[in-house]
Amino acid sequence: MFKYQIVIPSFILLLWVMCAILGPWLPLSPNHIILPNILESPSAVEWLGYDDLGRPILDRLIMGAQTSFFVAFWVIIVSVTVGTLVGTLSAWLGGYLDLVIVRIMDVFLAFPGILLAIALSGILGPGVENVVFALSIVGWVGFARLARAQTLSVKNREHVRAAVALGAKTPRIVRYHIMPLLMAPLIVEATFGIAGIVIAEAGLSFLGLGVQPPTASWGSMIRDGSAYMLVAPHMVLAPGLTLLLVVLSVNILGDKLRDFLDVKTREM
Amino acid sequence: MLFTFFSRLISTLVVVFGVITLVFLLIHLVPGDPVEAMLGESATPTDLEALRHSLGLDQPLFTQWWQYITNLAHGNLGQSLYTREPISDMLLERFPATLELAFFGLLVAVLLALPLGSIAALRKDTVYDHGAMVFSLLGVSIPNFWLGPMLILLFSLTLGWLPVSGRENWLSLILPAITLGTALSAILARMVRSTLLEVLNEDYIRTARAKGLGESGVILHHALRNASLPIITVLGLQLGTLLGGAVITEIIFSWPGIGQLTIESIQRRDYPVVQACILLISLSYVLVNTLTDILYAWLDPRVRYSV
Repeated sequence: MFKYQIVIPSFILLLWVMCAILGPWLPLSPNHIILPNILESPSAVEWLGYDDLGRPILDRLIMGAQTSFFVAFWVIIVSVTVGTLVGTLSAWLGGYLDLVIVRIMDVFLAFPGILLAIALSGILGPGVENVVFALSIVGWVGFARLARAQTLSVKNREHVRAAVALGAKTPRIVRYHIMPLLMAPLIVEATFGIAGIVIAEAGLSFLGLGVQPPTASWGSMIRDGSAYMLVAPHMVLAPGLTLLLVVLSVNILGDKLRDFLDVKTREM
Repeated sequence: MLFTFFSRLISTLVVVFGVITLVFLLIHLVPGDPVEAMLGESATPTDLEALRHSLGLDQPLFTQWWQYITNLAHGNLGQSLYTREPISDMLLERFPATLELAFFGLLVAVLLALPLGSIAALRKDTVYDHGAMVFSLLGVSIPNFWLGPMLILLFSLTLGWLPVSGRENWLSLILPAITLGTALSAILARMVRSTLLEVLNEDYIRTARAKGLGESGVILHHALRNASLPIITVLGLQLGTLLGGAVITEIIFSWPGIGQLTIESIQRRDYPVVQACILLISLSYVLVNTLTDILYAWLDPRVRYSV
């Protein structure tokens, strides 16, 4: 029971990462238009069929994996780095700086969910870099808040006080005495963060604010497919199920990781 | 109580100012010249200058910011560049639809989550519990922009029971409300389950059972009542996700609300309208959160009397 709940999601995520990394070297033709094959259903030759322009859907899914992985990777790197740095220093240094940073975080948290990302990518224009920028602007706050709360709870522990008494400087204390204690909750939060980013990227592309055609995103594939649901349901089923499988796998592994690292986070 | 109220009010005001400032700055993020982006390539230099002046973009940044806040305080949100209508009229026309959608989305979430979470907690480690948790996991993982089209495919196109889109009668509300409420119901069901499990171990539950109260009385009057506070807090916090999700849901179902107006305005490069929409939704969220906090303090005597 326990085993396959870890093995299957891990396998799906591995497949996602492999498609993303090896995609450029695979013999794919995601933008090759074959007019006679327009909207053709899945068959033994082309497992997932063709889209409204006669492009093979499987190839486009793999290209979409590259988009979602690229975005998730960079947004997580940027948000975790910036968030952890800001949160830890804010809690450690305290005083007016902390007060100001908490207020700034409150302002960012006042924007509901994906709304700020929609506004930013809408105003900056489509493009994968702008998606990364917009989602990072939204993403860092959660990590900053978590890192700040965790730092506050450990900053008065004895080993930290001992380090201060021994004359250690702020960077050293944060690096060696505080950071290691923050890792577990941050890793769990980052795992769930990946699920959120993958959905958000697809959501922005669904709205036409993400990557530009002909680059594929699972979100824009769902949008294109919605128009042909009655004649070619595979167009909307394939990218939707792929997206669901990846997000589901990340969430299942996140749950397991949370139990394993014994992190008591706020529910979701 | 009064002190908490005022300190909460002040921090809310700071956040409101911050939100307004951030939204004000959005237009300065437009790549290149925002005025040129809005008017397009065919605009003459005179047109550009006129729009720049009427938007106040020829002023120093601080003056612009102050002007923006003063105008807001007077309820003046400016004019749409596309329709020339006052933006406040456009918002007033669209906002009720969004509120309606959000309210019914919330209703769906609560109506699904309360029974599911309760059954999962009361029948812990049984098929019911596992089933409810699988639903919860699926609910948070399924993107609403895929769930929506799938519901349309099943209930509108195949079965023909419900309309595909629009906002004509209450039937057209059902699919958007389910699409919007599912994710929240999943989060909420988990929350109900874990809170109930905690509460069910308390002494007063044992007392209630010992004095011979029926199981439904114990659950409804003692357990759920005490579990309601953390649930309300989560509900308030998650309302942001709901409002954000409303934008996408409105697009799927051509629901004529603020979300649809936002996306339409982004496509028309009507940036002042985009700013106003973002501002309206964010400020509603801030307002709801403040009200949740006050409600929380009012509902819980421990919070009420501790200050």
